Amino acid sequence: MTDSPAHTITSYDDDLEKLRNLITRMGRLCEAQIMGAVNALVHRDAVAALAVAAADHELDLLEAETEQFAIQTIALRAPVAVDLREIIAALKTSAILERIGDYAKNIAKRASVLGHGGTMEPMVIVPEMARMVAQMVASVIDAYIARDPILAQEVADRDQLVDDFYTSLFRLMLTFMMENPTRITASAHLLFIAKSLERIGDHATNIAELVIYSATGERMTERPKRDDTAFVSGANI
Amino acid sequence: MAESPQMASLSDVVGRHNSLDGGKPFIETRNLEFFYGETRALKSINLSFPESRVTALIGPSGCGKSTLLRVINRMYSLYPGQRATGEVLMGGENLIDAKVDPTELRARIGMVFQKPTPFPMSIQENITFGVRLHESLSRQAMDERVEWSLRKAALWDEVKDRLKSSALGLSGGQQQRLCIARTIAVKPQVLLFDEPTSALDPISTAKVEELIAELRADFTIVIVTHSMQQAARCSDQTAFMYLGEVIEVGPTAQIFTNPREQRTREYVTGRFG
Repeated sequence: MTDSPAHTITSYDDDLEKLRNLITRMGRLCEAQIMGAVNALVHRDAVAALAVAAADHELDLLEAETEQFAIQTIALRAPVAVDLREIIAALKTSAILERIGDYAKNIAKRASVLGHGGTMEPMVIVPEMARMVAQMVASVIDAYIARDPILAQEVADRDQLVDDFYTSLFRLMLTFMMENPTRITASAHLLFIAKSLERIGDHATNIAELVIYSATGERMTERPKRDDTAFVSGANI
Repeated sequence: MAESPQMASLSDVVGRHNSLDGGKPFIETRNLEFFYGETRALKSINLSFPESRVTALIGPSGCGKSTLLRVINRMYSLYPGQRATGEVLMGGENLIDAKVDPTELRARIGMVFQKPTPFPMSIQENITFGVRLHESLSRQAMDERVEWSLRKAALWDEVKDRLKSSALGLSGGQQQRLCIARTIAVKPQVLLFDEPTSALDPISTAKVEELIAELRADFTIVIVTHSMQQAARCSDQTAFMYLGEVIEVGPTAQIFTNPREQRTREYVTGRFG
């Protein structure tokens, strides 16, 4: 999709490039925030966790800048077709990335609380899950920049693995809490962290859908939801 | 339980200007070709213009869109060396057949041009002049026709107290609406607009566009425009032409959000070299 010739009005291309750069910066920052939050969790580093929480403000500012610039571009350029789809995708993607940032911040906050407790066996799964979703965010931003619907579809497909991870962690945590009632507070925090990572995977998939729409004008067919934890009861753990 | 809001179809979402649903073909061209001397200006045009809908023709200068309009109402037959082949079908009749009387045809298919061209007569006479060529009306019926056409053209309230004044004293936008009134006064079935607002300011343009939206209920409309936004605002169907060919035709909402052809995409997004 990058084979589109340049606009006759070259400053129009500059505007679209600026939007792409803003989304790229937000995406890379999200990736760093996810890994920063989870590293703080793993290393019991409350200071690093607070730094991640503080850095979220930058994402908020970038989202506001992207939104303002997208609105300005719509008003001044009257975009249509592929340009319109890309600008709308940028507008929605920036809001999704800001939300991903909120999840990373939430993980960081919980990490600073968990920093005071001892280690828990299920925690070893969390960094792997975090790497997986951070990689999804990285890849979907690559797909966004390259306007590559095939790569975007691959990212969307990876979400199933994240959901499977979350479902197994959920079951593990329930068992762990039954066996260690004194660790329920810490376990609840860890469960929320896992849920945040699972949600980040969903949001990366939403961005993948926007990339596909932006590049092709077609919507992705509805994907099955693989997080089955809503159906887990005490009886079937 | 409250009923959930329903979104029926794309046409419900995009509003009254962008519905092709139920529009039966009113004019159809088949293998239509047009020649200026030896130059082939239209190449095998197969287009359908739905009844009571607005079709916009867009494309760069020289692509044949104005030529296509001129063929539909046989304007070309006024010039030597210009000829059309193929068919322009309306109600089973081939409009470019020599048997069809061009004067009678132009009463059925009216045309409004780029620049307002009022006759140097009173406002009222501008309307009655054309009607008298085709019909013999009583004085009262003629007065009613003048009021009807000026009301249809959204001009009545502005000129009703000065119908005897010269049309040349009207503003550009008013003159253009007078030309529209003059065209519809002979009660055509089809209205052809050739860049009708390119000489008008934005407010007059908006009034003419609103008028087109209202006239759509009674007439089949074809509009040639260089303004992509105008095509997007006014039409139900858009055809993109290039070098005498129709490259793509589709519902206007589709042409401006997801054109299928690369050349259409490049043209509507301003990437056309």
